[in-house]
Amino acid sequence: MEIGLRLAVSLAQIAAVMGVVMLTVMVLTLAERKVLGWMQDRMGPMEVGPYGVLQPIADGLKLFFKEDIIPAGANKFLFTLAPILALVPALIGFAVIPFGPTMTIELFGMQVKPFVISDINIGILYILAFASIGAYGIILGGWSSNSKYSLLGGLRSAAQVISYELNVGLAIVGVILLSGSLSLVKITEAQAGGFWNWFIIAMPFPQIFAFVVYVISSVAETNRVPFDLPEAESELVAGFFTEYSGMRFAFFFIAEYANMILVSCVAAALFLGGWNAPYPGTILEYIGLERIAWMENVVWFAAKVYFFLFLFFWLRATLPRLRYDQLMRFGWKVMLPIALGNIVLTAIAAYFFPR
Amino acid sequence: MDHIFFFYFAAVIATTSVLVVALRNPVYSALSLLIMFFHVAGLYVTLHAEFLAAVQIVVYAGAILVLYLFVVMLLSIKSEERYHNQLPVAGLLGVMLCTEVILLLIQSRTAASAPAVSADPVAGAGNTETIGEALYSTYLFPFEVASLILLVAMIGAIILAKKDLNEHVQQ
Repeated sequence: MEIGLRLAVSLAQIAAVMGVVMLTVMVLTLAERKVLGWMQDRMGPMEVGPYGVLQPIADGLKLFFKEDIIPAGANKFLFTLAPILALVPALIGFAVIPFGPTMTIELFGMQVKPFVISDINIGILYILAFASIGAYGIILGGWSSNSKYSLLGGLRSAAQVISYELNVGLAIVGVILLSGSLSLVKITEAQAGGFWNWFIIAMPFPQIFAFVVYVISSVAETNRVPFDLPEAESELVAGFFTEYSGMRFAFFFIAEYANMILVSCVAAALFLGGWNAPYPGTILEYIGLERIAWMENVVWFAAKVYFFLFLFFWLRATLPRLRYDQLMRFGWKVMLPIALGNIVLTAIAAYFFPR
Repeated sequence: MDHIFFFYFAAVIATTSVLVVALRNPVYSALSLLIMFFHVAGLYVTLHAEFLAAVQIVVYAGAILVLYLFVVMLLSIKSEERYHNQLPVAGLLGVMLCTEVILLLIQSRTAASAPAVSADPVAGAGNTETIGEALYSTYLFPFEVASLILLVAMIGAIILAKKDLNEHVQQ
């Protein structure tokens, strides 16, 4: 009975988070085209609904009703498995993201943490682990399609993800050294009390370099412009998902956007204080509304996440694609030394000035 | 409950390990290796070693196996037949090893000399801090030796990749 109830509450939480993520993906598909349109001085989608706001629904319906094609000579089993392998790791990482303040509420006589599905003590490693699994979907999708464009896209992606994953991991180490925990909940709590406590500028050693390395590497890990070589249109048609159509294509598409949201959430939680407001406490608390103070925290978290998502679109509108050798040289010869140097300096600073 | 999980993980690990060498398509072999890594990680979780579980997936599944797949796909081997006529020899050796292990197990049980396995290995060994402290104090020397070996391997790889390194120096 107790277990059943706990399971039901957990499932409800998971459903709520998945709902929010899927909704955000829908918003993003429209927002990306609108932001790009605005930056390029055009309107973006305008046909479906007022100002084109219903465009994501039309797109979803279109993808749903499209013919599902499996190319001749493709490996049927892996071709079906690949989109699932891409999507599941992208969604599963949200389990450890704290969306709001740490608090417990009584529900049917149980302690429930409403703003994080599971506060495990290795939260950030959990996200890294599943982010690295996402590469399999791309590689296998590219290989099983039996097409040279797909295969090249998959191979590029494999090399790229391995190279930049390393930088993501090393950039995070500085923050872990300062906070002394791998749990995203504890890392966020360590940054409470104003923006000067956020790890991006926190004493004893501001993680500004780690932040830059993290943001650039996470753009590369999500295969976004300017690192979108696995799906470079001008060279590889559409890269690893050239042969995909219908819902399988939609899975890859959703996975890319869910990954964008995930890395934005992690960036906000690690470097920009997560759900903490840039001033101590919350305004709602000061004016005597403690019960709904969590709303302010959640809004701050959403604002930070959307800032990063906007950054993704901004980069896409601004930067041309890197060449492949430039990508590798940049990852190994520029980012890696910066990340390693940051670890050494942070360790020294954390040793002499413990927080 | 713990036993159910253990036997599930153990059974899947054993099956997929056999499949890695038995399957004819190298990509499928790599995939069963991936499933095995996941279940080994699951075994760590049942032992309350969450840190090891995560590292297992990050390092083996996330980095090493992706490289394997990369190579397999670059060579584009559709199926590998060369080593499958070794099956009789391998089977014989396997049966011998199995008998040895079983004999040893029976012997140790009858002699009742099996060392008592502590249910709770190190108090809170799942903790990242505990692992870190043990690595950098008790096991510092083995740790440094291991990193030295890795460094040697790295230098070796660089030398192999840059065969013309000496020629450049001589110029």
